[in-house]
Amino acid sequence: MTGSPATELLAEAASPADLVAARIQMALSLGWHIVIACFGVGMPAITVFAEWRGNRTGDEVYRLLAQRWAKAMGVLFAVGAVSGTILSFEMGVLWPGMMDTYGQVIGLPFTLEGFAFFIEAIFLGIYLYAWDRLSPRVHVLTGIPVCVAGVASAFFVVTANAWMNQPRGFDLENGRVVQVEPWAAMFNPAAWPQTVHMIIAAFMVAGFGMAAVYAAALLRGRRDRYHRLGFLIPFTVGAVLTPVQIGVGDWAAKFLAENQPIKLAAIEGVHETARNVPLHVGGIYQQGEMRYAFEIPNGLSLLAHWTPNGRILGLAEAAAENRPPVNIVHWSFQIMVAIGFGLLLLGIWCGLVWWRRRSFPRNRVFLALATAAGFAAPLALEFGWITTEVGRQPWIVWGRMRTAEAVTPVPGLYGGLIAVAVVYLVMTVATIYVLRRLARAPLAPQEHDEEHA
Amino acid sequence: MSLAELMIAVMWAGLTAYVLLGGADFGGGFWDLLAGGTRKGAEQRDLINHSIGPVWEANHVWLIFVIVLCWTGFPEVFAAVSSTMYIPLTLVALGIIARGAAFAFRKASTELGHRRVYGFAFALSSVLTPFFLGTVAGGIASGRTPAGIAAGELVGSWVNPTSALGGVLAVAIAAYLAAVFLCADARREGADALAETFRRKALGTAAVTGAVALGGIAVLHADAPRLYAGLVGKGLPLILVSVLGGVASLALLVRRRYLPSRVAAAVAVAALLWGWAVAQYPLVLLPDTTIEEAAAQPAVLRVSLVVTLVGAVLLLPSLWWMFSLFQRVQPHSTGRGTSLSE
Repeated sequence: MTGSPATELLAEAASPADLVAARIQMALSLGWHIVIACFGVGMPAITVFAEWRGNRTGDEVYRLLAQRWAKAMGVLFAVGAVSGTILSFEMGVLWPGMMDTYGQVIGLPFTLEGFAFFIEAIFLGIYLYAWDRLSPRVHVLTGIPVCVAGVASAFFVVTANAWMNQPRGFDLENGRVVQVEPWAAMFNPAAWPQTVHMIIAAFMVAGFGMAAVYAAALLRGRRDRYHRLGFLIPFTVGAVLTPVQIGVGDWAAKFLAENQPIKLAAIEGVHETARNVPLHVGGIYQQGEMRYAFEIPNGLSLLAHWTPNGRILGLAEAAAENRPPVNIVHWSFQIMVAIGFGLLLLGIWCGLVWWRRRSFPRNRVFLALATAAGFAAPLALEFGWITTEVGRQPWIVWGRMRTAEAVTPVPGLYGGLIAVAVVYLVMTVATIYVLRRLARAPLAPQEHDEEHA
Repeated sequence: MSLAELMIAVMWAGLTAYVLLGGADFGGGFWDLLAGGTRKGAEQRDLINHSIGPVWEANHVWLIFVIVLCWTGFPEVFAAVSSTMYIPLTLVALGIIARGAAFAFRKASTELGHRRVYGFAFALSSVLTPFFLGTVAGGIASGRTPAGIAAGELVGSWVNPTSALGGVLAVAIAAYLAAVFLCADARREGADALAETFRRKALGTAAVTGAVALGGIAVLHADAPRLYAGLVGKGLPLILVSVLGGVASLALLVRRRYLPSRVAAAVAVAALLWGWAVAQYPLVLLPDTTIEEAAAQPAVLRVSLVVTLVGAVLLLPSLWWMFSLFQRVQPHSTGRGTSLSE
């Protein structure tokens, strides 16, 4: 059966404007989902740790924290699950061109992710609702599959994104894929640097995000043990992981220098291939030149290759239509790195005070910065994600398929974008409101509480 | 059985699980919508909340599982359906967001006004989401999603008699399954009056669902002749099993045998789904795309099937434990009977 002439006419080609609509919609839904998903990855481990400590020491404060966090986790998991489902729809609704050709190549990690997510949903259901039905020992054990499955989900799904940066495990014959090797596709070279960077980011977002709630309360003068511990446990997770993350980030950048040099060139605004390339801090890329930037001599060559005369490939190596938009990528990267170092300093401050006094700093400046860290960490995550996604443009599958080839030819994508944007706006407001209410309510997530609520 | 056939059978098994379990959750939302005013409907809403609260997240994952197996095993089909069905699938996506988020928000809210708003969003999207999913199924079954990206009509593919039938049938099936499932839940909780209420609803929706399905035959005869021919041809034994299951679930409801009635209702719905699959076999997209042609490379199918098998070994015992944990009356509490009198 063929479409009506009108449909065929409309379907002839997606206008560039519709490509923009599809990209904004994907960016919006994915950008929203990853922040929530980070809490799904990081929060269970922090919560289960608190519950375990509570069980072992008999300290009610730990147990109360665990129950409070579990309740927030329930809300975040629910919105994370639905926002993730939408993404699986959007893969086909917005990018049928990519899924038609490559769906089978990247299907494996998504299938594995499906199982991990399933296990997470099952055990989270048990963890949240069976506090009264299981012994404390068994209950804390039901949290472990939630933690493992959350990390596994992140690993699997990010390997699929890594494949888009380093497509492997197939050959093309007349536009159809042949010789598919699903495992080779999944364990592509970008898989390790990207997954490790993302999983650590998830724990940092969850850690700093949770700590910020208590930092704000401490700032308002609620200095009891409940708030101190509520701050200290997640903040420690974030602070300890920050230096690790900076190291992993360096590894990821070196990987780019080796495997996706055009992306690194865009990140740094390097136009001509050269040796002794400086590191650009700030600046604006105009007509093939990085202007107004603060330059650290030989910095980039040193960072990428451990030697001042390391050779850096420039944007000029790629045809003009194959270059990513430099300023967006450059600035996103700069902001991510700046936040990363800010978080590092905050963690060092806390660590030094702890070393001297066996307690964390209580002054207003530190607590205000710790509150801000709860927003800064997800911001760094978003900018890191923009760096990697926009840095891959104009390719959806690097070097193989352009984003414009993948987009649906269906007209009216702006209508869908507006509808999705409105729904996300409402959901954002409602989620924040509900979480704020939960943070104030003095109760634990028992089944009977919910019925009487 | 070829690898491709095995793959689509696994997908269909996942779809069956989604329709039975996720469908019952959607049906819970349907009854929530019709439960009446805040005070009058409180008892019913409590039971629905209690029944689906711990399990709906897991029940929902079946859908993701089916989508992923579709794009892995039959990428062309996934691309063709999702591009042609852009509009109803976007509406389904919005419905899923509204439903899942509102359900969680309602549970976490304490103020009556907020609970009402979230409850309404949850209930309304519980009805609209299966409706639009049903229109997609109707569009596929009647051959309105040919192979190729956006090759079908943007509007006509889901606004047509078979899609309308699919949408209404999906909502009716969800309501029917939920009512039958809730009868047993209510009785286990010791809320006998509530069990009677849902028994009446179950009997009513069973009749309506049966009537829609039977009336639908005429619609298919006129609008989807190939599907019709398959249903009265090689699909007929399964259609008869479906009818028998439906009648049996009615008879068991009349005798208040709620647990076996659940099984009979599930058989009725599952047989209908598999009847459709058999009727359309070996085509995956009408008019001429076969399962074998649309399937991914054998290496992909093999890996997916092995992974699914290994995953099932982890998944099924976990699911079993979850369902049995929440089907037991709570040992440490006074049971649901008292809290329902709220």
